[in-house]
Amino acid sequence: MTEPILSLSGIRADIAQYHILHGVDLVIPRGELTVLLGRNGAGKSTTLRTIMGLTTVTDGNVRYRDTDITGWPTPRIARSGIAFVPESMGIFGLLTVRENLILAAVNGPMDEARLDWIFALFPPLKTFWNRPAGNLSGGQKQMLAIARAVIEPRELLLVDEPTKGLAPAIINDLADAFEQLKSQQVSILLVEQNFNFSRRLGQSVAVMSDGAIVHAGSMAELADNADLQHELLGLALGAHQ
Amino acid sequence: MPLAHRLRHLHTDQPHLFLLALMMILALLSINPLTWLVLTISGVAMGAMLFLMASGMTLTFGLMGVLNLAHGAFISLGAFAGATVMTFWMADTAEHADLLVNLLAIVPAMLFAMVVAGMVGLVFEHLVIKPVYGDHLKQILVTVGGSIILMQLIEVVWGANDMPVPRPESLQGAFIVSDAVPLIGGIALEKFRLVAVVLGLAVYGLMLWIIDRTRIGILIRAGVESREMVEIQGYRIHWLFLGVFVAGSALAGLGGTMWGMYQEILSPHMGDEMMISVIVVIILGGLGSIRGCFYGAVLVGLINLYVGFLEPRLAAVATVGLMVGVLMWRPQGLIPVIKV
Repeated sequence: MTEPILSLSGIRADIAQYHILHGVDLVIPRGELTVLLGRNGAGKSTTLRTIMGLTTVTDGNVRYRDTDITGWPTPRIARSGIAFVPESMGIFGLLTVRENLILAAVNGPMDEARLDWIFALFPPLKTFWNRPAGNLSGGQKQMLAIARAVIEPRELLLVDEPTKGLAPAIINDLADAFEQLKSQQVSILLVEQNFNFSRRLGQSVAVMSDGAIVHAGSMAELADNADLQHELLGLALGAHQ
Repeated sequence: MPLAHRLRHLHTDQPHLFLLALMMILALLSINPLTWLVLTISGVAMGAMLFLMASGMTLTFGLMGVLNLAHGAFISLGAFAGATVMTFWMADTAEHADLLVNLLAIVPAMLFAMVVAGMVGLVFEHLVIKPVYGDHLKQILVTVGGSIILMQLIEVVWGANDMPVPRPESLQGAFIVSDAVPLIGGIALEKFRLVAVVLGLAVYGLMLWIIDRTRIGILIRAGVESREMVEIQGYRIHWLFLGVFVAGSALAGLGGTMWGMYQEILSPHMGDEMMISVIVVIILGGLGSIRGCFYGAVLVGLINLYVGFLEPRLAAVATVGLMVGVLMWRPQGLIPVIKV
């Protein structure tokens, strides 16, 4: 197996009085796209938030590039090279597209060559460069959210349900963008409900249920095994085509 | 575009300008034009000083969600700190009528007031505000308590009695516009009020430049929308909070210095007495909005002067009435800051 960039061992986390994560063990291989699947309420989003330090870990540890980052404040985790795109996208709607990207470039002015690459990846961002981000469509906001995450080189991207509520054509554009990021050896942890999208992109997969990982392996293995899909996710691939 | 259509457009899209124009036109219809002009300039000057005092509070509320009821104590603190420098400086130059020398006395006084209020703000944020982020009830309780302590400290340092503030020679009195000037010939414009207008506009312009054009301004606007997302981008929001709180305290100190020189007499409770107007201004403008704060301050300054001239007993009622009327029309204030 490829060397891990991130590993979670026995992670437990609570939100208010509710126990959400019950000992999550997860390994994200370096340079691969790992998909985290599971039904609603399984704990997928909380897992991403826990990695980012947004939800407090009550037990277990998070290791990133061989460093224990458990308990680090969120800004320190972000600056160590992990970018997070939440389910809500977290766009600053009152700021322009340009200002959203200026803010995301934490290490100084934006690199022009990288910006050109982003414009090639997501052309609408160039079109609406000086417009308030709140006026963008859902798909354009998702493009901006991902562009913000990669405006500077990152080693690991955590992306929560990027296809939610988007039209098929936009989903296809996003898939192309993730393919490009994969080709640059960026490690990605993607939470998804869209199995076709996941199957197209994912190299490895983990399935969560009730706050724990119940399956981990290669995406090809899961995609080829309808019984396993049905058992883990309550779906058959045919139903999603 | 027909006038009615333009007015409807202004009413919907630029409510602050619509209200400002409406108020000035109504006053012009009720007051002699020359008196109206003097009252308008005086009202804008009062608005400029109110803006200086209120801008820090609206900024801390908008970004940090902190309702700092000790803001008035920072106004008092700034007034006393500035007056101390003025008194020291004027001991040698009291009779000096040179404008440059007089301005040289005001600038260090304002800077000293800002530094003192900012430094005390730094300690205040750490000891009083930081433990109660996100809890408005506790914020009200601890900041009222903190305000009492600060005012007692002012009494310890400067004494409990009122303190006179020397105003530089060249800023006393008024400019008389020559009778030869058409339309406005013969009117008197108080010099200090003109200085207040210039300073208020300069600070407003500087704040807009920082908020609209700089990276720190983008961060502040982003922080108003979502603190969590600012942290996810890699910025420590608490450092931003701290910086804004210190800046807000320093602005209160600057406003206090100007207000003190305008009143020419200081008391430790002078900031508290201004808090009603300050709160009206920031609610009127839209909590957290710098532009709203500026226009709210000008509107409060103008209505005070216009109504104070027509019926002095109704001036305070008119200010609160203006706020109630605006809130019934636009509950979020004139230029609201939208939070997501």
